[in-house]
Amino acid sequence: MTDTIELGRISTQVRRDVLRMVTSAGSGHPGGSLSIADVMTCLYFGVMEHNPATWTRDAKGQDAFILSAGHLAPVYYSVLARAGYFPVSELSTLRRFGSRLQGHPCVTDALPGVFKPSGSLGQGLATAAGIALGKKMDGDTHKVYVLLGDGESEEGEVWESGMWASFHKLDNLIAFTDLNGQQIDGPTANVAGISDLEEKWAAFGWDVILADGHDHQSILDAFSLAVSRNGKPKMVLFRTEMGHGVDFMAGTNKWHGKAPSEEQCAQALAQLEETLGDY
Amino acid sequence: MKQYTDQGKKDTRSGFGEGLLQAGRENPQIVALAADLRDSVKMGAFAAEFPQRFFQCGIAEANMVGAAAGLAITGKVPFIGSFAEFVTARVYDQLRQEVCYSHTNVKIASSHAGITLGEDGATHQTMEDVALMRALPGMTVIVPCDFNQTRNATLAVARHIGPVYLRFGRPAVPNFTDPDEPFRIGKAYVMTTGSDLTILCYGHLVWECLQAARILEEQGISAEVINVATIKPLDKETIMASAKKTGAVLVAEEHNMAGSLGESVAAVLAASSPCRMSFVNGGDRFGESGSPSELMMAYGFEPVNIAEKAKELLSR
Repeated sequence: MTDTIELGRISTQVRRDVLRMVTSAGSGHPGGSLSIADVMTCLYFGVMEHNPATWTRDAKGQDAFILSAGHLAPVYYSVLARAGYFPVSELSTLRRFGSRLQGHPCVTDALPGVFKPSGSLGQGLATAAGIALGKKMDGDTHKVYVLLGDGESEEGEVWESGMWASFHKLDNLIAFTDLNGQQIDGPTANVAGISDLEEKWAAFGWDVILADGHDHQSILDAFSLAVSRNGKPKMVLFRTEMGHGVDFMAGTNKWHGKAPSEEQCAQALAQLEETLGDY
Repeated sequence: MKQYTDQGKKDTRSGFGEGLLQAGRENPQIVALAADLRDSVKMGAFAAEFPQRFFQCGIAEANMVGAAAGLAITGKVPFIGSFAEFVTARVYDQLRQEVCYSHTNVKIASSHAGITLGEDGATHQTMEDVALMRALPGMTVIVPCDFNQTRNATLAVARHIGPVYLRFGRPAVPNFTDPDEPFRIGKAYVMTTGSDLTILCYGHLVWECLQAARILEEQGISAEVINVATIKPLDKETIMASAKKTGAVLVAEEHNMAGSLGESVAAVLAASSPCRMSFVNGGDRFGESGSPSELMMAYGFEPVNIAEKAKELLSR
Protein backbone atom coordinates (compact mmCIF):
# COMPACT_ATOMS: atom_id res chain seq x y z
CA MET A 1 0.00 0.00 0.00
CA THR A 2 1.40 3.36 -1.05
CA ASP A 3 1.23 5.97 1.76
CA THR A 4 -0.68 9.21 1.43
CA ILE A 5 2.47 11.30 1.04
CA GLU A 6 3.54 9.22 -1.94
CA LEU A 7 0.00 9.24 -3.31
CA GLY A 8 0.13 13.05 -3.14
CA ARG A 9 3.40 13.07 -5.07
CA ILE A 10 2.01 10.77 -7.75
CA SER A 11 -1.18 12.87 -8.03
CA THR A 12 0.90 15.98 -8.63
CA GLN A 13 2.86 14.27 -11.37
CA VAL A 14 -0.38 12.98 -12.92
CA ARG A 15 -1.68 16.58 -13.00
CA ARG A 16 1.52 17.67 -14.76
CA ASP A 17 1.07 14.85 -17.28
CA VAL A 18 -2.53 15.88 -17.93
CA LEU A 19 -1.60 19.51 -18.58
CA ARG A 20 1.40 18.69 -20.77
CA MET A 21 -0.56 16.10 -22.78
CA VAL A 22 -3.54 18.34 -23.44
CA THR A 23 -1.37 21.37 -24.23
CA SER A 24 0.73 19.34 -26.66
CA ALA A 25 -2.37 17.88 -28.33
CA GLY A 26 -3.93 21.33 -28.61
CA SER A 27 -7.29 19.96 -27.49
CA GLY A 28 -8.82 17.73 -24.84
CA HIS A 29 -10.45 17.95 -21.43
CA PRO A 30 -8.19 19.10 -18.60
CA GLY A 31 -10.80 20.29 -16.06
CA GLY A 32 -12.33 16.95 -15.07
CA SER A 33 -9.00 15.16 -15.32
CA LEU A 34 -7.63 17.55 -12.69
CA SER A 35 -10.66 17.18 -10.44
CA ILE A 36 -10.47 13.37 -10.32
CA ALA A 37 -6.64 13.03 -10.36
CA ASP A 38 -6.35 12.33 -6.63
CA VAL A 39 -9.07 9.67 -6.69
CA MET A 40 -7.66 7.95 -9.78
CA THR A 41 -4.18 7.94 -8.27
CA CYS A 42 -5.47 6.39 -5.03
CA LEU A 43 -7.46 3.81 -6.99
CA TYR A 44 -4.53 2.54 -9.06
CA PHE A 45 -1.78 2.96 -6.45
CA GLY A 46 -3.58 2.22 -3.21
CA VAL A 47 -6.89 0.45 -3.75
CA MET A 48 -7.17 -1.87 -6.73
CA GLU A 49 -5.79 -5.40 -6.84
CA HIS A 50 -4.25 -5.35 -10.28
CA ASN A 51 -1.11 -6.31 -12.11
CA PRO A 52 -0.20 -4.72 -15.47
CA ALA A 53 2.11 -7.65 -16.28
CA THR A 54 -0.72 -10.18 -16.24
CA TRP A 55 -3.58 -7.91 -17.31
CA THR A 56 -5.99 -9.26 -19.93
CA ARG A 57 -9.14 -7.67 -21.33
CA ASP A 58 -11.36 -10.43 -19.94
CA ALA A 59 -10.66 -9.00 -16.46
CA LYS A 60 -9.92 -12.45 -15.04
CA GLY A 61 -8.28 -12.69 -11.62
CA GLN A 62 -7.93 -8.94 -11.08
CA ASP A 63 -9.98 -5.93 -10.16
CA ALA A 64 -11.21 -4.01 -13.19
CA PHE A 65 -11.70 -0.28 -13.75
CA ILE A 66 -14.14 1.09 -16.32
CA LEU A 67 -14.03 4.75 -17.30
CA SER A 68 -17.55 5.81 -18.17
CA ALA A 69 -16.84 9.52 -18.59
CA GLY A 70 -14.52 8.98 -21.55
CA HIS A 71 -13.43 12.59 -21.85
CA LEU A 72 -11.37 12.00 -18.70
CA ALA A 73 -8.96 10.11 -20.98
CA PRO A 74 -5.91 12.26 -20.06
CA VAL A 75 -5.96 11.35 -16.36
CA TYR A 76 -6.79 7.71 -17.24
CA TYR A 77 -3.84 7.42 -19.64
CA SER A 78 -1.46 9.11 -17.22
CA VAL A 79 -2.40 6.83 -14.31
CA LEU A 80 -2.24 3.70 -16.51
CA ALA A 81 1.21 4.66 -17.81
CA ARG A 82 2.51 5.61 -14.37
CA ALA A 83 1.20 2.28 -13.03
CA GLY A 84 3.15 0.41 -15.71
CA TYR A 85 0.53 -0.55 -18.31
CA PHE A 86 2.46 1.10 -21.15
CA PRO A 87 5.53 3.35 -21.47
CA VAL A 88 5.08 6.88 -20.07
CA SER A 89 6.78 8.19 -23.23
CA GLU A 90 3.63 7.21 -25.13
CA LEU A 91 1.69 9.92 -23.29
CA SER A 92 3.18 12.42 -25.75
CA THR A 93 1.10 10.85 -28.53
CA LEU A 94 -2.32 11.76 -27.11
CA ARG A 95 -4.83 12.53 -29.87
CA ARG A 96 -2.23 12.19 -32.63
CA PHE A 97 -2.82 10.27 -35.85
CA GLY A 98 -1.87 6.62 -35.40
CA SER A 99 -1.70 6.81 -31.60
CA ARG A 100 -3.15 4.18 -29.29
CA LEU A 101 -4.11 7.12 -27.08
CA GLN A 102 -7.22 8.15 -28.99
CA GLY A 103 -9.09 11.31 -28.02
CA HIS A 104 -11.47 9.06 -26.15
CA PRO A 105 -10.36 5.59 -25.04
CA CYS A 106 -10.85 2.61 -27.35
CA VAL A 107 -9.82 -1.02 -27.61
CA THR A 108 -9.04 -1.13 -31.33
CA ASP A 109 -5.28 -1.13 -30.81
CA ALA A 110 -5.45 -3.08 -27.56
CA LEU A 111 -4.06 -0.41 -25.24
CA PRO A 112 -3.27 -2.38 -22.06
CA GLY A 113 -5.54 -1.54 -19.14
CA VAL A 114 -8.51 -0.45 -21.27
CA PHE A 115 -11.57 -2.72 -21.25
CA LYS A 116 -13.96 -0.74 -23.39
CA PRO A 117 -14.32 2.40 -25.46
CA SER A 118 -15.97 5.35 -23.77
CA GLY A 119 -16.94 8.83 -24.79
CA SER A 120 -20.65 8.55 -25.47
CA LEU A 121 -21.82 9.29 -21.96
CA GLY A 122 -23.94 7.17 -19.66
CA GLN A 123 -22.86 3.76 -20.93
CA GLY A 124 -20.05 2.67 -18.63
CA LEU A 125 -22.15 1.65 -15.67
CA ALA A 126 -24.08 -0.93 -17.71
CA THR A 127 -20.88 -2.54 -18.98
CA ALA A 128 -19.29 -2.46 -15.53
CA ALA A 129 -22.41 -4.14 -14.13
CA GLY A 130 -22.15 -6.80 -16.84
CA ILE A 131 -18.51 -7.46 -15.95
CA ALA A 132 -19.45 -7.61 -12.25
CA LEU A 133 -22.16 -10.15 -13.03
CA GLY A 134 -19.73 -12.19 -15.18
CA LYS A 135 -17.26 -12.25 -12.29
CA LYS A 136 -19.94 -13.47 -9.91
CA MET A 137 -20.92 -16.23 -12.36
CA ASP A 138 -17.26 -17.30 -12.54
CA GLY A 139 -16.77 -17.21 -8.76
CA ASP A 140 -14.14 -14.48 -9.16
CA THR A 141 -14.31 -12.30 -6.03
CA HIS A 142 -12.46 -9.33 -7.54
CA LYS A 143 -14.18 -5.95 -7.77
CA VAL A 144 -15.26 -3.79 -10.67
CA TYR A 145 -14.78 -0.04 -10.32
CA VAL A 146 -16.42 2.52 -12.59
CA LEU A 147 -16.09 6.31 -12.79
CA LEU A 148 -19.00 8.54 -13.73
CA GLY A 149 -19.24 12.29 -14.04
CA ASP A 150 -21.96 14.19 -12.20
CA GLY A 151 -23.09 15.85 -15.43
CA GLU A 152 -22.99 12.43 -17.09
CA SER A 153 -25.52 11.23 -14.54
CA GLU A 154 -28.16 13.19 -16.43
CA GLU A 155 -28.17 10.33 -18.96
CA GLY A 156 -31.18 8.04 -18.49
CA GLU A 157 -29.20 4.85 -19.08
CA VAL A 158 -27.24 5.50 -15.88
CA TRP A 159 -30.43 4.99 -13.90
CA GLU A 160 -31.49 1.93 -15.89
CA SER A 161 -28.16 0.42 -14.89
CA GLY A 162 -28.52 1.66 -11.33
CA MET A 163 -31.81 -0.19 -11.00
CA TRP A 164 -30.49 -3.35 -12.63
CA ALA A 165 -27.26 -3.58 -10.61
CA SER A 166 -29.22 -3.14 -7.41
CA PHE A 167 -31.84 -5.71 -8.43
CA HIS A 168 -29.09 -8.25 -9.13
CA LYS A 169 -27.29 -7.35 -5.84
CA LEU A 170 -24.00 -6.66 -7.59
CA ASP A 171 -22.06 -5.85 -4.42
CA ASN A 172 -18.77 -6.39 -6.27
CA LEU A 173 -19.55 -3.25 -8.25
CA ILE A 174 -18.05 -0.05 -6.83
CA ALA A 175 -19.07 3.04 -8.77
CA PHE A 176 -17.78 6.51 -7.99
CA THR A 177 -18.75 9.95 -9.15
CA ASP A 178 -16.60 13.01 -9.74
CA LEU A 179 -18.88 15.48 -8.02
CA ASN A 180 -17.24 18.63 -9.31
CA GLY A 181 -20.53 20.40 -9.94
CA GLN A 182 -19.60 21.58 -13.42
CA GLN A 183 -20.56 20.62 -16.95
CA ILE A 184 -20.02 22.20 -20.37
CA ASP A 185 -22.94 24.62 -20.26
CA GLY A 186 -22.47 25.67 -16.64
CA PRO A 187 -22.83 24.50 -13.06
CA THR A 188 -24.74 21.20 -12.92
CA ALA A 189 -27.32 22.77 -10.61
CA ASN A 190 -28.24 25.27 -13.35
CA VAL A 191 -28.19 23.08 -16.45
CA ALA A 192 -30.71 20.30 -15.89
CA GLY A 193 -31.09 20.01 -12.16
CA ILE A 194 -29.07 16.86 -11.48
CA SER A 195 -28.79 17.18 -7.71
CA ASP A 196 -29.19 15.21 -4.50
CA LEU A 197 -27.20 12.32 -5.96
CA GLU A 198 -26.89 10.87 -2.48
CA GLU A 199 -30.66 10.53 -2.16
CA LYS A 200 -31.09 9.37 -5.74
CA TRP A 201 -28.57 6.51 -5.46
CA ALA A 202 -29.92 5.49 -2.07
CA ALA A 203 -33.43 5.44 -3.54
CA PHE A 204 -32.13 3.12 -6.27
CA GLY A 205 -30.97 0.67 -3.61
CA TRP A 206 -27.29 1.55 -3.56
CA ASP A 207 -24.96 1.84 -0.61
CA VAL A 208 -23.85 5.49 -0.81
CA ILE A 209 -20.60 6.82 0.66
CA LEU A 210 -19.48 10.46 0.65
CA ALA A 211 -15.86 11.57 0.69
CA ASP A 212 -13.50 14.46 0.01
CA GLY A 213 -12.03 13.72 -3.42
CA HIS A 214 -8.87 15.74 -2.78
CA ASP A 215 -7.93 14.23 0.61
CA HIS A 216 -6.00 11.03 -0.03
CA GLN A 217 -6.81 9.50 3.35
CA SER A 218 -10.49 10.28 2.89
CA ILE A 219 -10.39 8.63 -0.57
CA LEU A 220 -8.66 5.50 0.74
CA ASP A 221 -11.09 5.24 3.66
CA ALA A 222 -14.11 5.60 1.37
CA PHE A 223 -12.93 2.84 -0.98
CA SER A 224 -12.00 0.65 1.98
CA LEU A 225 -15.49 1.07 3.40
CA ALA A 226 -17.01 0.29 -0.01
CA VAL A 227 -14.96 -2.91 -0.34
CA SER A 228 -15.94 -4.03 3.15
CA ARG A 229 -19.69 -3.80 2.65
CA ASN A 230 -21.86 -6.54 1.16
CA GLY A 231 -25.29 -6.98 -0.34
CA LYS A 232 -25.61 -3.84 -2.48
CA PRO A 233 -23.67 -2.09 -5.24
CA LYS A 234 -21.74 0.88 -3.91
CA MET A 235 -21.63 4.50 -5.04
CA VAL A 236 -18.88 6.73 -3.66
CA LEU A 237 -19.62 10.41 -4.24
CA PHE A 238 -16.34 12.32 -4.25
CA ARG A 239 -16.73 16.03 -3.66
CA THR A 240 -14.16 17.64 -5.92
CA GLU A 241 -13.27 20.92 -7.57
CA MET A 242 -12.99 21.11 -11.33
CA GLY A 243 -9.49 22.11 -12.40
CA HIS A 244 -8.13 21.42 -8.89
CA GLY A 245 -4.43 22.13 -8.42
CA VAL A 246 -4.14 25.04 -10.85
CA ASP A 247 -5.41 28.35 -9.50
CA PHE A 248 -6.75 29.80 -12.74
CA MET A 249 -8.48 26.55 -13.73
CA ALA A 250 -10.09 25.74 -10.39
CA GLY A 251 -13.81 25.86 -9.72
CA THR A 252 -14.96 26.78 -13.22
CA ASN A 253 -16.34 24.92 -16.24
CA LYS A 254 -14.22 27.13 -18.50
CA TRP A 255 -11.55 24.43 -18.72
CA HIS A 256 -13.86 21.49 -19.24
CA GLY A 257 -12.85 20.95 -22.84
CA LYS A 258 -10.22 23.54 -23.65
CA ALA A 259 -6.45 23.15 -23.94
CA PRO A 260 -4.19 25.73 -22.31
CA SER A 261 -1.75 27.72 -24.42
CA GLU A 262 1.97 27.00 -23.97
CA GLU A 263 2.19 30.06 -21.75
CA GLN A 264 -0.78 29.06 -19.63
CA CYS A 265 0.61 25.54 -19.35
CA ALA A 266 3.92 26.88 -18.05
CA GLN A 267 2.03 29.03 -15.56
CA ALA A 268 0.10 25.94 -14.41
CA LEU A 269 3.14 23.66 -14.21
CA ALA A 270 4.86 26.22 -11.98
CA GLN A 271 2.20 25.39 -9.40
CA LEU A 272 2.83 21.63 -9.57
CA GLU A 273 6.14 20.11 -8.53
CA GLU A 274 7.72 17.56 -10.87
CA THR A 275 7.83 14.56 -8.53
CA LEU A 276 8.39 11.46 -10.68
CA GLY A 277 9.97 13.02 -13.74
CA ASP A 278 8.03 14.30 -16.74
CA TYR A 279 7.52 11.88 -19.63
CA MET B 1 -37.65 -26.06 -61.23
CA LYS B 2 -36.91 -27.43 -57.80
CA GLN B 3 -40.07 -27.67 -55.71
CA TYR B 4 -40.30 -26.89 -52.03
CA THR B 5 -42.96 -28.30 -49.74
CA ASP B 6 -44.36 -26.57 -46.71
CA GLN B 7 -43.74 -28.94 -43.80
CA GLY B 8 -46.29 -27.05 -41.72
CA LYS B 9 -46.46 -23.39 -40.79
CA LYS B 10 -44.30 -22.24 -37.89
CA ASP B 11 -43.03 -18.89 -36.66
CA THR B 12 -39.37 -18.09 -37.22
CA ARG B 13 -39.06 -16.76 -33.67
CA SER B 14 -39.74 -20.28 -32.38
CA GLY B 15 -36.89 -21.48 -34.56
CA PHE B 16 -34.70 -19.03 -32.68
CA GLY B 17 -36.01 -20.31 -29.35
CA GLU B 18 -35.22 -23.90 -30.25
CA GLY B 19 -31.79 -22.95 -31.58
CA LEU B 20 -30.96 -20.93 -28.46
CA LEU B 21 -31.87 -23.83 -26.19
CA GLN B 22 -29.72 -26.22 -28.22
CA ALA B 23 -26.82 -23.75 -28.34
CA GLY B 24 -27.12 -23.32 -24.58
CA ARG B 25 -26.78 -27.06 -24.11
CA GLU B 26 -23.69 -27.10 -26.32
CA ASN B 27 -21.92 -24.13 -24.75
CA PRO B 28 -22.17 -23.25 -21.04
CA GLN B 29 -20.87 -19.73 -21.76
CA ILE B 30 -24.06 -18.79 -23.58
CA VAL B 31 -26.30 -16.44 -21.60
CA ALA B 32 -29.52 -14.68 -22.54
CA LEU B 33 -30.92 -11.28 -21.63
CA ALA B 34 -34.46 -10.07 -22.20
CA ALA B 35 -36.21 -6.73 -21.84
CA ASP B 36 -39.62 -7.87 -20.56
CA LEU B 37 -40.33 -9.79 -23.78
CA ARG B 38 -38.81 -13.13 -22.79
CA ASP B 39 -41.65 -15.26 -24.11
CA SER B 40 -42.41 -13.08 -27.15
CA VAL B 41 -38.84 -13.57 -28.37
CA LYS B 42 -38.97 -17.24 -27.33
CA MET B 43 -36.29 -17.23 -24.66
CA GLY B 44 -38.61 -19.00 -22.21
CA ALA B 45 -37.32 -22.54 -22.77
CA PHE B 46 -33.71 -21.40 -22.33
CA ALA B 47 -34.64 -19.46 -19.18
CA ALA B 48 -36.44 -22.51 -17.74
CA GLU B 49 -33.55 -24.88 -18.38
CA PHE B 50 -30.77 -22.41 -17.48
CA PRO B 51 -32.20 -20.03 -14.88
CA GLN B 52 -28.71 -19.06 -13.73
CA ARG B 53 -27.80 -18.00 -17.27
CA PHE B 54 -30.90 -15.95 -18.04
CA PHE B 55 -31.11 -12.30 -16.97
CA GLN B 56 -34.20 -10.19 -17.03
CA CYS B 57 -33.43 -6.54 -17.75
CA GLY B 58 -36.91 -5.09 -17.68
CA ILE B 59 -38.05 -2.37 -20.04
CA ALA B 60 -34.59 -0.83 -20.21
CA GLU B 61 -32.94 -1.85 -23.47
CA ALA B 62 -29.94 0.48 -23.30
CA ASN B 63 -28.75 -1.12 -20.07
CA MET B 64 -29.38 -4.55 -21.55
CA VAL B 65 -26.94 -3.85 -24.41
CA GLY B 66 -24.24 -2.53 -22.08
CA ALA B 67 -24.67 -5.34 -19.57
CA ALA B 68 -24.38 -7.86 -22.40
CA ALA B 69 -21.18 -6.15 -23.55
CA GLY B 70 -19.78 -6.45 -20.04
CA LEU B 71 -20.70 -10.12 -19.85
CA ALA B 72 -19.04 -10.64 -23.24
CA ILE B 73 -15.86 -9.01 -21.94
CA THR B 74 -15.70 -11.70 -19.25
CA GLY B 75 -16.01 -14.44 -21.88
CA LYS B 76 -19.75 -15.07 -21.90
CA VAL B 77 -21.67 -15.30 -25.18
CA PRO B 78 -24.74 -13.12 -24.60
CA PHE B 79 -27.89 -13.15 -26.71
CA ILE B 80 -30.04 -10.07 -26.16
CA GLY B 81 -33.61 -10.18 -27.34
CA SER B 82 -36.49 -7.82 -27.97
CA PHE B 83 -38.66 -6.54 -30.80
CA ALA B 84 -36.64 -5.41 -33.80
CA GLU B 85 -37.41 -1.75 -33.23
CA PHE B 86 -36.24 -1.81 -29.62
CA VAL B 87 -32.96 -3.68 -30.18
CA THR B 88 -31.91 -1.48 -33.10
CA ALA B 89 -33.16 2.08 -33.42
CA ARG B 90 -33.76 2.54 -29.71
CA VAL B 91 -30.23 1.45 -28.75
CA TYR B 92 -28.25 2.42 -31.83
CA ASP B 93 -25.55 4.32 -29.97
CA GLN B 94 -25.10 1.48 -27.47
CA LEU B 95 -24.76 -1.06 -30.28
CA ARG B 96 -22.29 1.20 -32.03
CA GLN B 97 -20.10 1.99 -29.00
CA GLU B 98 -20.49 -0.97 -26.65
CA VAL B 99 -20.79 -3.77 -29.18
CA CYS B 100 -19.25 -2.95 -32.55
CA TYR B 101 -16.55 -0.41 -31.65
CA SER B 102 -15.89 -2.41 -28.49
CA HIS B 103 -15.54 -5.70 -30.44
CA THR B 104 -17.73 -7.53 -27.95
CA ASN B 105 -19.22 -10.91 -28.82
CA VAL B 106 -22.86 -9.88 -28.42
CA LYS B 107 -25.70 -11.52 -30.41
CA ILE B 108 -28.81 -9.48 -31.12
CA ALA B 109 -31.98 -11.56 -31.39
CA SER B 110 -34.46 -9.34 -33.17
CA SER B 111 -38.03 -10.53 -33.28
CA HIS B 112 -41.30 -9.17 -34.72
CA ALA B 113 -39.43 -7.50 -37.57
CA GLY B 114 -41.16 -6.00 -40.58
CA ILE B 115 -44.79 -5.33 -41.40
CA THR B 116 -45.81 -8.93 -40.73
CA LEU B 117 -45.83 -8.04 -37.05
CA GLY B 118 -49.32 -6.99 -38.07
CA GLU B 119 -51.90 -5.42 -35.83
CA ASP B 120 -49.60 -3.48 -33.48
CA GLY B 121 -48.98 -0.99 -36.25
CA ALA B 122 -46.10 1.24 -37.33
CA THR B 123 -44.60 1.96 -33.89
CA HIS B 124 -43.55 -1.68 -33.71
CA GLN B 125 -43.14 -2.54 -37.41
CA THR B 126 -39.55 -1.63 -38.10
CA MET B 127 -38.70 -1.55 -41.79
CA GLU B 128 -35.35 0.23 -41.28
CA ASP B 129 -33.44 -2.17 -39.03
CA VAL B 130 -31.43 -3.98 -41.68
CA ALA B 131 -30.17 -0.62 -42.96
CA LEU B 132 -29.18 0.51 -39.47
CA MET B 133 -27.35 -2.72 -38.68
CA ARG B 134 -25.65 -2.90 -42.10
CA ALA B 135 -24.18 0.54 -41.47
CA LEU B 136 -22.31 -0.55 -38.35
CA PRO B 137 -18.67 -1.56 -38.98
CA GLY B 138 -18.09 -5.15 -37.91
CA MET B 139 -21.75 -6.15 -37.65
CA THR B 140 -22.87 -9.37 -39.33
CA VAL B 141 -26.52 -9.23 -40.49
CA ILE B 142 -28.55 -12.42 -40.90
CA VAL B 143 -32.23 -12.90 -41.82
CA PRO B 144 -33.22 -16.57 -42.13
CA CYS B 145 -36.29 -17.53 -44.16
CA ASP B 146 -38.21 -20.09 -42.08
CA PHE B 147 -38.32 -21.99 -38.81
CA ASN B 148 -35.69 -24.58 -39.76
CA GLN B 149 -33.24 -22.05 -41.11
CA THR B 150 -33.72 -19.74 -38.12
CA ARG B 151 -32.92 -22.58 -35.71
CA ASN B 152 -29.84 -23.58 -37.68
CA ALA B 153 -28.74 -19.96 -38.10
CA THR B 154 -29.01 -19.46 -34.34
CA LEU B 155 -26.60 -22.38 -33.83
CA ALA B 156 -24.18 -20.89 -36.36
CA VAL B 157 -24.45 -17.46 -34.75
CA ALA B 158 -23.71 -18.95 -31.32
CA ARG B 159 -20.47 -20.46 -32.65
CA HIS B 160 -19.43 -17.34 -34.59
CA ILE B 161 -17.13 -14.89 -32.83
CA GLY B 162 -18.22 -11.25 -33.21
CA PRO B 163 -21.38 -9.14 -33.13
CA VAL B 164 -24.34 -10.52 -35.07
CA TYR B 165 -27.77 -9.12 -35.83
CA LEU B 166 -30.24 -12.00 -36.26
CA ARG B 167 -33.65 -10.89 -37.55
CA PHE B 168 -36.79 -13.00 -37.44
CA GLY B 169 -40.55 -12.55 -37.23
CA ARG B 170 -43.81 -13.12 -35.43
CA PRO B 171 -46.31 -14.90 -37.75
CA ALA B 172 -46.47 -18.59 -38.56
CA VAL B 173 -45.13 -19.00 -42.10
CA PRO B 174 -44.32 -21.97 -44.34
CA ASN B 175 -41.42 -24.12 -43.12
CA PHE B 176 -39.73 -25.53 -46.19
CA THR B 177 -35.94 -25.72 -45.91
CA ASP B 178 -33.96 -28.84 -45.04
CA PRO B 179 -34.00 -29.17 -41.23
CA ASP B 180 -30.59 -30.84 -41.29
CA GLU B 181 -28.74 -28.33 -43.45
CA PRO B 182 -26.22 -26.45 -41.30
CA PHE B 183 -26.38 -22.68 -41.75
CA ARG B 184 -23.35 -21.08 -43.34
CA ILE B 185 -22.84 -17.42 -42.45
CA GLY B 186 -21.98 -15.40 -45.55
CA LYS B 187 -23.52 -17.84 -48.04
CA ALA B 188 -26.38 -16.97 -50.37
CA TYR B 189 -28.53 -20.03 -51.01
CA VAL B 190 -29.55 -20.68 -54.62
CA MET B 191 -33.04 -22.11 -54.14
CA THR B 192 -33.95 -22.60 -57.81
CA THR B 193 -31.72 -22.30 -60.84
CA GLY B 194 -33.00 -20.20 -63.69
CA SER B 195 -31.84 -18.35 -66.79
CA ASP B 196 -34.18 -15.40 -67.45
CA LEU B 197 -33.91 -13.43 -64.24
CA THR B 198 -32.52 -13.52 -60.72
CA ILE B 199 -34.76 -12.94 -57.72
CA LEU B 200 -32.87 -12.05 -54.55
CA CYS B 201 -34.80 -12.19 -51.29
CA TYR B 202 -34.59 -13.01 -47.59
CA GLY B 203 -36.81 -13.71 -44.59
CA HIS B 204 -40.52 -14.21 -45.04
CA LEU B 205 -40.37 -13.24 -48.71
CA VAL B 206 -38.29 -16.24 -49.79
CA TRP B 207 -41.37 -18.49 -49.79
CA GLU B 208 -43.36 -15.82 -51.65
CA CYS B 209 -40.62 -15.51 -54.26
CA LEU B 210 -40.53 -19.28 -54.75
CA GLN B 211 -44.28 -19.19 -55.42
CA ALA B 212 -43.75 -16.27 -57.80
CA ALA B 213 -41.13 -18.34 -59.63
CA ARG B 214 -43.75 -21.09 -60.13
CA ILE B 215 -46.17 -18.58 -61.62
CA LEU B 216 -43.42 -17.34 -63.93
CA GLU B 217 -42.46 -20.89 -64.90
CA GLU B 218 -46.04 -21.53 -66.02
CA GLN B 219 -45.64 -18.53 -68.30
CA GLY B 220 -42.36 -19.78 -69.71
CA ILE B 221 -40.06 -17.57 -67.61
CA SER B 222 -37.15 -19.19 -65.80
CA ALA B 223 -36.33 -17.49 -62.48
CA GLU B 224 -33.31 -18.12 -60.28
CA VAL B 225 -34.39 -17.52 -56.69
CA ILE B 226 -31.57 -16.83 -54.27
CA ASN B 227 -32.08 -16.64 -50.49
CA VAL B 228 -29.64 -13.98 -49.34
CA ALA B 229 -29.84 -15.07 -45.71
CA THR B 230 -26.66 -13.21 -44.82
CA ILE B 231 -27.02 -9.59 -45.85
CA LYS B 232 -23.65 -8.59 -44.47
CA PRO B 233 -21.09 -9.76 -45.39
CA LEU B 234 -22.72 -10.15 -48.80
CA ASP B 235 -22.05 -13.24 -50.93
CA LYS B 236 -20.97 -11.11 -53.89
CA GLU B 237 -19.67 -14.03 -55.94
CA THR B 238 -22.97 -15.90 -55.99
CA ILE B 239 -24.93 -12.73 -56.72
CA MET B 240 -22.59 -11.51 -59.48
CA ALA B 241 -22.47 -14.92 -61.15
CA SER B 242 -26.26 -15.13 -61.25
CA ALA B 243 -26.64 -11.52 -62.47
CA LYS B 244 -24.14 -12.15 -65.27
CA LYS B 245 -26.06 -15.25 -66.29
CA THR B 246 -29.58 -13.75 -66.29
CA GLY B 247 -28.90 -10.06 -66.92
CA ALA B 248 -31.90 -9.05 -64.79
CA VAL B 249 -32.13 -8.82 -61.01
CA LEU B 250 -35.21 -8.31 -58.87
CA VAL B 251 -34.65 -7.75 -55.14
CA ALA B 252 -37.62 -8.44 -52.86
CA GLU B 253 -37.52 -7.69 -49.14
CA GLU B 254 -39.70 -6.91 -46.16
CA HIS B 255 -37.85 -3.66 -45.52
CA ASN B 256 -37.82 -0.09 -46.77
CA MET B 257 -35.65 0.97 -49.70
CA ALA B 258 -33.06 3.12 -47.92
CA GLY B 259 -30.11 1.00 -46.90
CA SER B 260 -31.78 -2.15 -48.16
CA LEU B 261 -30.33 -5.34 -49.62
CA GLY B 262 -31.49 -3.89 -52.94
CA GLU B 263 -29.24 -0.88 -52.56
CA SER B 264 -26.40 -3.07 -51.39
CA VAL B 265 -26.72 -5.34 -54.44
CA ALA B 266 -27.10 -2.35 -56.78
CA ALA B 267 -23.79 -1.00 -55.50
CA VAL B 268 -22.06 -4.33 -56.07
CA LEU B 269 -23.47 -4.81 -59.56
CA ALA B 270 -22.88 -1.19 -60.61
CA ALA B 271 -19.18 -1.71 -59.94
CA SER B 272 -18.94 -5.15 -61.56
CA SER B 273 -21.64 -6.24 -63.94
CA PRO B 274 -24.41 -3.63 -64.34
CA CYS B 275 -27.75 -5.05 -65.38
CA ARG B 276 -31.47 -4.26 -65.30
CA MET B 277 -32.78 -4.16 -61.76
CA SER B 278 -36.10 -3.81 -60.03
CA PHE B 279 -37.18 -3.71 -56.40
CA VAL B 280 -40.05 -4.99 -54.29
CA ASN B 281 -39.92 -3.37 -50.85
CA GLY B 282 -41.69 -0.97 -48.52
CA GLY B 283 -40.42 2.13 -50.24
CA ASP B 284 -40.12 5.10 -47.91
CA ARG B 285 -42.99 5.00 -45.45
CA PHE B 286 -44.27 3.79 -42.10
CA GLY B 287 -46.43 0.69 -41.73
CA GLU B 288 -49.97 0.40 -40.39
CA SER B 289 -52.26 -1.95 -38.50
CA GLY B 290 -53.72 -4.99 -40.25
CA SER B 291 -53.38 -8.73 -40.42
CA PRO B 292 -50.06 -9.94 -41.81
CA SER B 293 -51.76 -11.22 -44.97
CA GLU B 294 -53.63 -7.94 -45.52
CA LEU B 295 -50.37 -6.05 -45.16
CA MET B 296 -48.50 -8.44 -47.45
CA MET B 297 -51.12 -7.73 -50.07
CA ALA B 298 -51.09 -3.98 -49.49
CA TYR B 299 -47.31 -3.89 -49.82
CA GLY B 300 -47.25 -5.99 -52.99
CA PHE B 301 -45.40 -8.84 -51.31
CA GLU B 302 -47.72 -11.59 -52.63
CA PRO B 303 -46.40 -14.05 -55.27
CA VAL B 304 -48.64 -12.57 -57.97
CA ASN B 305 -47.29 -9.06 -57.28
CA ILE B 306 -43.68 -10.27 -57.37
CA ALA B 307 -44.31 -12.17 -60.62
CA GLU B 308 -45.84 -9.04 -62.19
CA LYS B 309 -42.83 -6.98 -61.15
CA ALA B 310 -40.53 -9.60 -62.67
CA LYS B 311 -42.35 -9.50 -66.01
CA GLU B 312 -42.27 -5.73 -66.00
CA LEU B 313 -38.50 -5.89 -65.43
CA LEU B 314 -38.04 -8.34 -68.31
CA SER B 315 -40.11 -6.17 -70.65
CA ARG B 316 -37.68 -3.27 -70.30
